[in-house]
Amino acid sequence: MLAHQIGYYSLILGFFFSILIIPVSIKNFNNKNKVIDNKVFSISFFQFFFVLVSFSGLILSFVNSDFGNETVFNNSHTTKPLFYKISGTWGNHEGSLLLWLLVLTLFIFIFLIKSNSQPKKYRILTLLFQQVIIIGFFLFLLKTSNPFNYFFPVPKEGLGLNPILQDPALAIHPPILYLGYVGSSIIFSASLAAVVAKHISIVWAKHIKLWIFVSWIFLTFGIMLGSIWAYYELGWGGFWFWDPVENVSLMPWFCLTALLHCILVLEKRSILSSWTIILSIATFMLSMSGTFLVRSGILNSVHTFANDPERGIFILIFLFILILLSLVIFFVFHKENDQKIVKINWLSKEASILFNNWFLMYFLSVVLIGTVYPIFLEVLSSKKISVGPPFYYKLMIPFLIPFLFFMSIGPNLNWIKSEFKKIKIQIVLSFAVSLLISFIILNQIGFVGLINSILILVTFYLFFITIKDFFLKKYKNYSQIFSHFGFSLLILSILFNSILSSEKTINLKVGEEFSFRDETVIFESIESVKNKNYKSIVGNFKIKDKKNNFLQLKPELRIYNQPVIITSEADIKTTLYYDKFLVMNLVKDYEYFNVRYQVKPFMIWIWIATVILVIGGFLSLFQRPYEK
Amino acid sequence: MKNKIILSVLVLFFTFCFIVLYKGLNNSNIYVPETKIEKTLIKFNSTDLYSGNKISSDQIFIGSEYYVLNIWASWCIPCRAEHSKLIKLSENKSIKLIGLNYRDNPKNAKKFINEFGDPYFMIIKDNQGMISVDLGAIGVPETFIINKDKKIIKRFLGSLTEKSLNEINLITK
Repeated sequence: MLAHQIGYYSLILGFFFSILIIPVSIKNFNNKNKVIDNKVFSISFFQFFFVLVSFSGLILSFVNSDFGNETVFNNSHTTKPLFYKISGTWGNHEGSLLLWLLVLTLFIFIFLIKSNSQPKKYRILTLLFQQVIIIGFFLFLLKTSNPFNYFFPVPKEGLGLNPILQDPALAIHPPILYLGYVGSSIIFSASLAAVVAKHISIVWAKHIKLWIFVSWIFLTFGIMLGSIWAYYELGWGGFWFWDPVENVSLMPWFCLTALLHCILVLEKRSILSSWTIILSIATFMLSMSGTFLVRSGILNSVHTFANDPERGIFILIFLFILILLSLVIFFVFHKENDQKIVKINWLSKEASILFNNWFLMYFLSVVLIGTVYPIFLEVLSSKKISVGPPFYYKLMIPFLIPFLFFMSIGPNLNWIKSEFKKIKIQIVLSFAVSLLISFIILNQIGFVGLINSILILVTFYLFFITIKDFFLKKYKNYSQIFSHFGFSLLILSILFNSILSSEKTINLKVGEEFSFRDETVIFESIESVKNKNYKSIVGNFKIKDKKNNFLQLKPELRIYNQPVIITSEADIKTTLYYDKFLVMNLVKDYEYFNVRYQVKPFMIWIWIATVILVIGGFLSLFQRPYEK
Repeated sequence: MKNKIILSVLVLFFTFCFIVLYKGLNNSNIYVPETKIEKTLIKFNSTDLYSGNKISSDQIFIGSEYYVLNIWASWCIPCRAEHSKLIKLSENKSIKLIGLNYRDNPKNAKKFINEFGDPYFMIIKDNQGMISVDLGAIGVPETFIINKDKKIIKRFLGSLTEKSLNEINLITK
């Protein structure tokens, strides 16, 4: 009760401070001082501080199971473990928005104290643009999704959190993803401010690069956690379903990845400034649209929990105000340096980055169309369609080939211009090695189609060329080598995983068995276990292979009390070579079970590869400027 | 000049997107889980809120063509908003309106009825929430239409609206 009150009033205080910043910083903008007034720092700090207090108040309400609070009542239950009570705070609409706000205010505060070397006008403008976003979120929160609605009489029990969300990976997945999203808001404000203050320069690129990398790291990691959750929890045996909600996190990722490369070109050669600005704006807009699509209920998806058109309209209007604002600013203030028309040589590092940016934009538009087209079609012609994986595969896989190719040779080219004759023998040699390796592999597993074969070839090319770079290159850019290596590993594992996976689905009774390839799966028994907030039925399965080695697998069905939802927990045995995945579902009367057994090679390498990719991004934070 | 054209094209494009998405929001499709529809009602025992007598489901669902079972509680805010709709619904004589009082304090429940009026033919208690769970309910309020064969033929998640009232009246005509 007390925590609730404190939370509510500090939210309002935070809102007050967020408004107060505007006149104070405008006054500061116009005076002659070279530095930002301390007042601005303290107000920004208080803004963050009160949102933090408010968020802690909500967490405490969850921990104490204060069911008078509507959010707690709707999403918590006394029998829930403490960890999930806490993660319940952001597992719902209201709480997750408060978290957005918390990160927004934290990031702008960090931005202010960390950007000392930049001009004052630029910093204040960034602050102002960021405040527009922050105030928008404050209004949204207070008006349509207040996490602190109280009612009387206080109910005795809450309605429980969606049990699918009771998973450690998922408990930390939203905050991490939000750090990425919100980081992109700083990039957005900063690039608009840089346009207005005419501060787009190498100095600016150096400074904003840090924010881009940090957002990219969090976004990538957040997407990976979501994917891990889908794999282990949803029990479908896949890790990416091209579900609209997954796609909306992938779209800003494409954009941010393109931006990350663009900013390097801007830093080195002071070109591609328009690209940089457009990508900065687009990244944040896509993050916002993601929030809109997920939170408004306009999409049908496994992830949509809250359906409230009023909220949708608010975000929609807010989103379009931001889009118009940024369009106007871009077109009015941005003038590309006309005196300095730079020709880009096609055989240079910047050219291959530019090519790949175009490819990334292409991938982005495929995903965008696949996600948004069904909505548009339904509104315009009231036809319902759903876009499935084949659409994405057909349109994306062929274009991965040139993409991977440029990714391999790009880092081995020089800035400005490379001589064709001077291309090193190692590069050709790596190609020969990958040709050989992929030939041997294809011989082993059989022909997999022309496009897949070429894809395997170019991915191996990237793989070997990064290994070569790691050992032989003179000026090593570890960040680039690691992340490109991680990416090649990722594509390789995904490719072989999808080509070599096999599965069997069958209805089984206790005591029955079936054979699958050279293994026998025996359904030995079931047992029932009672847990604190769910009852579980555990199946005991034995898998016997040719050499009579036994493997025990115990998939589980969980029947949660509050609300009653049945989830199936797959049992997965992971080794470096493959995952064995077994999941069961109820058929009827607890006698027959629907059993699905899958062998999925190189599954763990998908996660390892993504971690390497992230490490690559992380290394860039510590690396000195490379090359001449 | 060229910039102005691009700007206006972009603005037009985004306006178009805005309109489409705005319209999309209004016919947003709320996902209703398909469970328990056309399923036979399970048997259960309960007690009457006022008399305190034990009563079984066979005694409740008898003597009418249609029944509307409404899950409510005095602590549930949307239920208050919904109550006027239920009063209106009670004018429909071809149905028996049954209130299932979910995890509530009887005193508060009675106070609630005194204050807002009693649309129900009968109110039964669901102290443990087990009946609602067996019905497949996922929240309060929730409303089920049950026919004389004790089959659930329709369910409404959340508060009843004017539209759902019309639908109920149409089905039970």
